[in-house]
Amino acid sequence: MWNYSKMLQYPINIKEKNPKLARWIISQYGGPDGEINASLNYLSQRFAMPDQRSKAVLNDIGTEELSHLEMVGTIVHQLTRDATMEEINNAGLQAYYTDHGIDVYPQSAGGLPQTSISVSAKGDPIANLQNDMAAEQKARATYEKLIDLSKDDKEVMDVLRYLRAREVVHFQRFGEALRNVQDLLMEKRCYSMSNTSSTNNSNLMQQTSNN
Amino acid sequence: MYYNCVTSRDNSNMNKAELMNQLQSYAFAINDLILYLDTHPNDETALELHNNYANEYRKMYEEYERRFGPLSIYCPCNSFRWIASPWPWEGGNA
Repeated sequence: MWNYSKMLQYPINIKEKNPKLARWIISQYGGPDGEINASLNYLSQRFAMPDQRSKAVLNDIGTEELSHLEMVGTIVHQLTRDATMEEINNAGLQAYYTDHGIDVYPQSAGGLPQTSISVSAKGDPIANLQNDMAAEQKARATYEKLIDLSKDDKEVMDVLRYLRAREVVHFQRFGEALRNVQDLLMEKRCYSMSNTSSTNNSNLMQQTSNN
Repeated sequence: MYYNCVTSRDNSNMNKAELMNQLQSYAFAINDLILYLDTHPNDETALELHNNYANEYRKMYEEYERRFGPLSIYCPCNSFRWIASPWPWEGGNA
């Protein structure tokens, strides 16, 4: 089960509001490569993974993504709090303001609400982990675009750089998990070639569950 | 309302499943009491109950980790045991 800790994973204290920037950054809250999407990906895939390592990596990165979700929500909130109607108008946030006021709503930069269509759990360990590596790359790329867009805002950029760096670490760990799963599947193939008896399948199942 | 009967006791003769069951009971009671206290922050009885349960929970949590391995990533360990035991969805607490 999950427990909430009343702390952010990395400190965020943005003093200068900037609603326009919030309009783009919200994509990492509820966009197609955003944190809630990543978390749902990994937490959905972890159940049926064939080995302890990839279960752990999916569980633990899926958990860290929830901390990032809170961080991105904090950025959006601090960039928009106390915004005047004039600032909301100037930032082009009228449509957002109409439907959500100053709540933080999971949507993409383009205004599409978060959807599980972009969550991926394929029922195939290799496909899942390769998808996850791509997801981390896409999230990294998104953070880099957001860093480009926030060049004038050092406080925001500092946090975005931290989040970008975490995506790189996650990519690395998923790569290692993938290698472990591939090795595991290779082992099983060798094992089945050396045994041709009809009990082979049950031995295989046993071996899988021991991993 | 909950029985106000929390007294510190020796759990060393409890097995893994019994200890987990007790831990889950405390966790649930604490969770439910917090929801109540969120909207009734001045209720002294609820506060005292929460305090008692939280103390017991902490002790029991530490005992479980000491005897059966880490429950969270913040458990200090000399050897890496985080992936050694089955996950909750695999019946890891039984």
